[in-house]
Amino acid sequence: MIDLTEDQLERYSRHIILKDIGVEGQSKILEFKVLIIGLGGLGAPAALYLAAAGVGTIGIADGDTVDLSNLQRQVIHFTADVGKRKVISAMEKMKAINPDTNVVVYDEKLVAANIAGVIKDYDFIIDGTDNFPAKFLINDACVMGKKPFSHGGILRFEGQTVTYLPGHTCYRCVFTGPPPKSSVPSCSEAGVLGAIAGMLGTIQAAEAIKYAAGVGRLLVDRMLVFDALKMDFRTVPLSRNPRCPLCGENPSIRELVDHEQPACDIRRK
Amino acid sequence: MKITINGKGTAHDRTDITLAELLVINKVAAPHMVTVQLNGGFVAGDKYESIFIKDGDEVDFLYFMGGGR
Ligand SMILES: [Zn+2]
Repeated sequence: MIDLTEDQLERYSRHIILKDIGVEGQSKILEFKVLIIGLGGLGAPAALYLAAAGVGTIGIADGDTVDLSNLQRQVIHFTADVGKRKVISAMEKMKAINPDTNVVVYDEKLVAANIAGVIKDYDFIIDGTDNFPAKFLINDACVMGKKPFSHGGILRFEGQTVTYLPGHTCYRCVFTGPPPKSSVPSCSEAGVLGAIAGMLGTIQAAEAIKYAAGVGRLLVDRMLVFDALKMDFRTVPLSRNPRCPLCGENPSIRELVDHEQPACDIRRK
Repeated sequence: MKITINGKGTAHDRTDITLAELLVINKVAAPHMVTVQLNGGFVAGDKYESIFIKDGDEVDFLYFMGGGR
């Protein structure tokens, strides 16, 4: 266990006085390594809260630049950041909140060819991506690499999240593969209430911190779904699917692949 | 018969409803965008037509949500 400095004892005092966390839990958080894939609506709040919480190393992966239309929900990016690399914009805010946090930048899209090499250095992965191919790739890489991760998805006024631990229900147990392209909501249907992203991204951050500190019960083998229009929250129990193409009885997926499917972009692409 | 859909109790006069019909009754417009759990177990998409819902069944529709940016 690492010794906390006077400054750290004060900075993290509201964690430390939680009897479930204490100095011991905070020490674990300070030594923990989280990778956030995607610095959008989910990754932005997750990155802010994880930096504030004192997570020792936070990897951030995104190959995009900040766009004006991002600012409605991606709270880590400011108006003056439009046009800047997202990883740089995010790193500046994270370091400003907590200079102790080691931020590792991956200014690239994670794909089948590079994802395994990146996630191997981390204890927990947060999926903050906006498209099915990326979500399945993260699931497959984490299941194959035996890495815990948080799946998150949002659409319009709704969100869903599941935490994966090795040996438990994976994303492909629930959804065997990406939906047909024709079924994916068109751009005009795929808006999202900005605050929903914050609600879900902070749940993902809380799961990472709980896992780091070893406290509580994670969203493992259950999916949290919420509908913010009705402000209705529900957890649906899940169990491993024997027909899962990845972790089932007769798996058909043995290597990582890049599924094709362009993400919705209202302005272009 | 009484069945629970997405955690909420619902009553149905008919007793010969297939899972496929239940999707229609519940206005699931795009069956490709939903996974169905029946009494805690995932149901393969090609079984929707042949599975009849029984009194007391618990059905969950889990929707694809691909957003995050
Ligand atoms: Zn699985």
